[in-house]
Amino acid sequence: MDETGLRLDGNACGGLLQEVFVDDLTAATGACASCGAVGEIGRQHLYDFPDGPGAVLRCSACESVLIVIVRIGGGHRLSTPGLAWMDLRQHA
Amino acid sequence: MARAAIQRRLNWHLAEVLDVVRETPRASSVVLDIPDWPGHLAGQHVDVRLTAEDGYQAQRSYSISSAPDEPRVTITVERLEDGEVSPYLTDELRTGDRLELRGPIGRWFVWDEEDGGPLLLIAGGSGVCPLMAMLRQRAANASRVPARLLYSARDLGAVIFRSELERLGTGGGLEVSLTLTREPSPDWTGYGRRVDAEMLADVAWPPERMAVTYVCGPTPFVETVAESLVALGQDAGRIRTERFGPTGG
Amino acid sequence: MGFVSRGFRGRRREGESSRRLPTGQYLTGGFPVLSAGPTPHTPLAEWTFTITGEIDQPRRWSWEELQALPAESVTADIHCVTKWSKFDTAWRGVSVDTLLDGVETAAEYVMAFSDGGYTTNLPLDDVTGGRAWLAFEFDGQPLEPQHGGPVRLLVPHLYFWKSAKWVRGLRLMQDDAPGFWEGYGYHMYGDPWREQRYSGD
Repeated sequence: MDETGLRLDGNACGGLLQEVFVDDLTAATGACASCGAVGEIGRQHLYDFPDGPGAVLRCSACESVLIVIVRIGGGHRLSTPGLAWMDLRQHA
Repeated sequence: MARAAIQRRLNWHLAEVLDVVRETPRASSVVLDIPDWPGHLAGQHVDVRLTAEDGYQAQRSYSISSAPDEPRVTITVERLEDGEVSPYLTDELRTGDRLELRGPIGRWFVWDEEDGGPLLLIAGGSGVCPLMAMLRQRAANASRVPARLLYSARDLGAVIFRSELERLGTGGGLEVSLTLTREPSPDWTGYGRRVDAEMLADVAWPPERMAVTYVCGPTPFVETVAESLVALGQDAGRIRTERFGPTGG
Repeated sequence: MGFVSRGFRGRRREGESSRRLPTGQYLTGGFPVLSAGPTPHTPLAEWTFTITGEIDQPRRWSWEELQALPAESVTADIHCVTKWSKFDTAWRGVSVDTLLDGVETAAEYVMAFSDGGYTTNLPLDDVTGGRAWLAFEFDGQPLEPQHGGPVRLLVPHLYFWKSAKWVRGLRLMQDDAPGFWEGYGYHMYGDPWREQRYSGD
């Protein structure tokens, strides 16, 4: 098994994202701070989930780290080192 | 039907197992009664969490295979050989057990009538599960959106929902193509090899039809298929993928 | 106690001596593959290992030069912060002491850096004194890419995120600084016997 067998889509951590953000984030659009690519969160590459030390969401175009979520104690550490922006919409 | 799944804080619930139905030697459908279930969209999943007596926990996501309008929520699970969670769901769980889960989750890998078509669905193994919710919904609404399913499985015995797909695929604007990757029997008339660019070219709508495409299955399968579709001229932005990881999920 | 799933145990193996298992860990029979990013595939002809930073003259070894150094077999228990532990894992590699032999430095810390951008920080003391290796064989076979091959850092006395996969060098630092997981919430040191998983533990 090589590494392509491991990664998932951002959509797969939708539950974790909703823990942190309360609202669904998988359909939100964001921009990579590194290469500028714009796409839905659900479309990005997800590593180290669900069994890794944290969810690592990488840009599907350039593999830069967009978001990292680590469960710590009763909460989370949210890091957004590579997200330039994200559009959050209310859903019906 | 408008997107009725209401946003609210995602909490863990204890669902009651109503039935566990063996679909194939490795796959079972778990029929659930979930308290306060708000309804779901076809393509969404639930997170399932198991807890052992000593507190050890494991969590996995499973696609909802039932259509949004069905009275019960069903997840269909394929047992992985060395799985943490799947063997418990397919082999241990029984009617009357409780199952901790939360959902529905995910608004990106979803389809309903509003998303239009034509609809191209490509399934690898248990990747057919979320796509089945889409097809069941399409049938329940007597939708006129043209749809095609290409479903890759090891052999006929591994085809989940086989008789239902046969039924859905006769008339109603849905074409079902199966490809069996292990040596099919000599009288098999469908495809008999791994999904490749040539097969996708056969099955895919011409790019100008602007199809919406959903690909689901093991990660290598999904990536190969998605790359091939883009190479065939399909719009990457209209292809949505659900990678299941190293094997079925 | 909250909800318990009737009849669920998971994949865990029956424990041997629980004294070998740090608090909060479970024994595994397999070797889980976890990765924070795509697997790098640097050809051996291009592979180098570098010691840089607080050092007069940076040192560099090619793959052949590394192979020419004295190697040793190492058997160790390993503990991943995600709670699985594996006993008696068998490796072969070059001791980091060999690579640092004769190096004079005021540095007290190192940052291990890898192909793909992964980093992890350690005290210099923890990669010396026979406690760390550059490992290129596991279980008698060349280390597979999914497990960090061709070469990974092996520091079994700390949580396994410190054993950087696809390692390409050590940067000697005067002061401690967080690497990849340390910056995202994990402990700067990571001693499994004091259950130092997260920053603040």
